[in-house]
Amino acid sequence: MLNEIAFLLCASIILAGAVGAMMLRNLVHCALCAAGAFAGLAAIYLQLNAEFAGFAQLLVYVGAVAILIVFTILLTRSTELQPGAVHHSSSWWMGLLVGGLVLACLVGSIMSSPSLVRLPSQPASAPVKGIGEQLMSQYIMPLETIGLLLTSALLGAVVIAVREPEKSDPPAR
Amino acid sequence: MTTPLANYLILAALLFAVGLAGALMRRNAVLVLIGLELMFNAANLNFIAFWRFNPHPERLTGLMFALFSIAIGAAEAAIGLALIIAIYRHRRTAQVDQFNSLKG
Repeated sequence: MLNEIAFLLCASIILAGAVGAMMLRNLVHCALCAAGAFAGLAAIYLQLNAEFAGFAQLLVYVGAVAILIVFTILLTRSTELQPGAVHHSSSWWMGLLVGGLVLACLVGSIMSSPSLVRLPSQPASAPVKGIGEQLMSQYIMPLETIGLLLTSALLGAVVIAVREPEKSDPPAR
Repeated sequence: MTTPLANYLILAALLFAVGLAGALMRRNAVLVLIGLELMFNAANLNFIAFWRFNPHPERLTGLMFALFSIAIGAAEAAIGLALIIAIYRHRRTAQVDQFNSLKG
């Protein structure tokens, strides 16, 4: 009973945050709503006994990605400020149609799947010790690859976003 | 008694549809990226829900997949936002329908 209430509460927070992030006009409000949706997802992970993933979600999404999004919004805001600016694309109904169709397909297949209702709920738990042991033994190659990927991605982000030298400058040689 | 798996899957489907519709509807590139992140998170929620309800949760496969997926999502967000800043510097706009030429 308590689990259902927690699930409904988290689900409403997530969906309200997601819809707000996609519908509001002020970009900073959108970023705040998205952060709320990410925090709700972290709560759902905690409720699913995946504590490590929940705290990773909190640190990565609510901490890092939300801050990045807010910085980008503040660095790129000039066109959003004038009143009467159009906020959605000219073919917005197409996006709504595609989203509705995808949702109908997904929910239809989930509802008609015979194998989902039979799955019993297991007393699952993920001790951090077990996660660490598996990360260091079975998943060592993916872990190293992810480290390399993150390093190169962050270096690449800096290289892409760094200010280019002015064209009039004489080439340094 | 725990909430059955289908509820989590339907929540993830709703989140995915909202993110997809938003990414297709909005004009601002940052909001398109937020829509992408929402879809990413819907997939992660599916991984964790399937891990929680599978017959062998001690194998941690879905949980590991979700952890790696969170790391990739962070890398993707950093690259995407850096690209938006770089394009904004050339075009002075962050509206996707004005990113219509490859040669800035």
